[in-house]
Amino acid sequence: MSERRRHGGRNALLLVAALFALWQAIYWAVGDIALSSPLATLRYTAQLVTGEDFRMHLSDTMRAFAIAFVLSVVIGLLVGFWLGFDRLSGDALEPMIVTVYAIPKLTLYPILLLAFGLGLSAKVAFGVLHGTIPIILFTLGAVRNTRPILLKTAHVLKLSRPQMVRWILFPAAIPEIFTGLRVGFSLTLIGSLLAEMFASQRGLGYLLMNGIGLHNIELVMSVTLLIVVFAAAVSTLLLQVDRKLHRKG
Amino acid sequence: MTTQVALSNVGKTFPASPTTAALHALGPIDLELQRGEFFAVVGPSGCGKSTLLEIIAGLTPATQGSVEFEGRRIAGEAPDSIGVVFQEDASLPWLDVTENVAFGLRRSKLAKDERDARVRDALRLVGLSDFATSYPAQLSGGMRQRVCIARTLVMQPRLILLDEPFGALDQQTRLLMGDELLLMWRATGATVFLITHALDEATMLADRIGVMSARPGRLIDVVETNWPRERDSRIVERSEFGAITARLWKTLREESLKTIGRAVPKPAADA
Ligand SMILES: Nc1ncnc2c1ncn2[C@@H]1O[C@H](COP(=O)(O)OP(=O)(O)O)[C@@H](O)[C@H]1O
Ligand SMILES: [Mg+2]
Repeated sequence: MSERRRHGGRNALLLVAALFALWQAIYWAVGDIALSSPLATLRYTAQLVTGEDFRMHLSDTMRAFAIAFVLSVVIGLLVGFWLGFDRLSGDALEPMIVTVYAIPKLTLYPILLLAFGLGLSAKVAFGVLHGTIPIILFTLGAVRNTRPILLKTAHVLKLSRPQMVRWILFPAAIPEIFTGLRVGFSLTLIGSLLAEMFASQRGLGYLLMNGIGLHNIELVMSVTLLIVVFAAAVSTLLLQVDRKLHRKG
Repeated sequence: MTTQVALSNVGKTFPASPTTAALHALGPIDLELQRGEFFAVVGPSGCGKSTLLEIIAGLTPATQGSVEFEGRRIAGEAPDSIGVVFQEDASLPWLDVTENVAFGLRRSKLAKDERDARVRDALRLVGLSDFATSYPAQLSGGMRQRVCIARTLVMQPRLILLDEPFGALDQQTRLLMGDELLLMWRATGATVFLITHALDEATMLADRIGVMSARPGRLIDVVETNWPRERDSRIVERSEFGAITARLWKTLREESLKTIGRAVPKPAADA
């Protein structure tokens, strides 16, 4: 097991090194106009994160993201369990949810803006719009696909309905639900950043758009780097837990 | 001998659904199980054996007749003193063996050490003491089935219903599991109601064997083995063993042929 983990760690390091090498190579090829070099970007990033405003932008993004993710999880689990249980509603609503999931949610953004205005609530709403659907779908699928024999067992052991949910349905569904949470995490982050990019005066998304507007390539690259590192680190962690959960089941 | 379970005129018809016609799956059946006996049921597949077990277990109501357990009528919900083991693996993959077995006691108000003691005893009885901390995924099919049996045993049921519990196992393992089942039966004093598709298994294990007809399943023969209570799989060496198994097969052959005949595709008019 630890052998495997060391292996995984080395692979991750190799991957990061390779990406940096690729970045450097592209930089040499296209030059300063479109890209800043890895070294310059890192230097700029160090400056950026120690600067005055950065903490405000970061905490803004994090607050919106955290609220959005918590809401996504709560709504996603509740709706997912409800639709998983209630065959009739599930059959009726699942296709609609899948459809909403498939449309580019950016097209809904103007409507959200009208409803929520600029600022925190719009960011949260947009994050939730992205994050909650995969959690609903994975949870619904997990509950619905619980092996019937486990439900029969619950019946034979005379479990009450809440006991059945807590002791059988929920633990049986956890690996799938966790996958939903992992996907929901990434999409919530994308959603709240997108919202910041198009209508906000604060946050990392705003910084990014600002950099593009001012043609400040180093700023754009730095913010992107920070977001990528954060998302990749959390995703890797979640993926590892995910794999472990699925192995046991 | 006292009667523990009394089925009188029991039958089941599954109602029609938008895609299927109503189906008379079982009965009518009259049967009395004596307290502490080992009763086996054999019959062609699809004849309603599982349906019968689920009716006794209170998992599904009969649509006709009445079922009494220890003098009280079972309607939908069965009393705590009935344990069920299914053919399919019903172990809980997220719990280890000990937790799986203790799961049967989660609702009980027993003190912790009494609970632990029961779990330990049940694990010993099914031979899984050395695997107390393993997870089901690490066990063979036979061992998982034993986990489920132990989970039933900790509840100390007075009637244990088993639905082809060894159906998925190879022949040798099945014989050995049969031995363990006999041990368990003697140790607990419970009544055992075992559904099996293996005639030799029924002959080897049971005091009485009920033979069911093709669907709708009715009892067409009940055979007494007259084995001593102290017995194990070596009973197959006895001359009566062959005679009893032969009698079961004679009765069943025709019924099984009916089932097979039914499975052969017929012209559309029948569909
Ligand atoms: N819930 C159900 N609805 C409709 N038909 C059923 C249902 N359960 C079982 N059956 C039918 O009843 C018959 C008896 O089934 P079962 O008791 O499982 O047979 P066995 O266990 O003897 O193989 C079969 O034809 C089966 O298709
Ligand atoms: Mg069956």
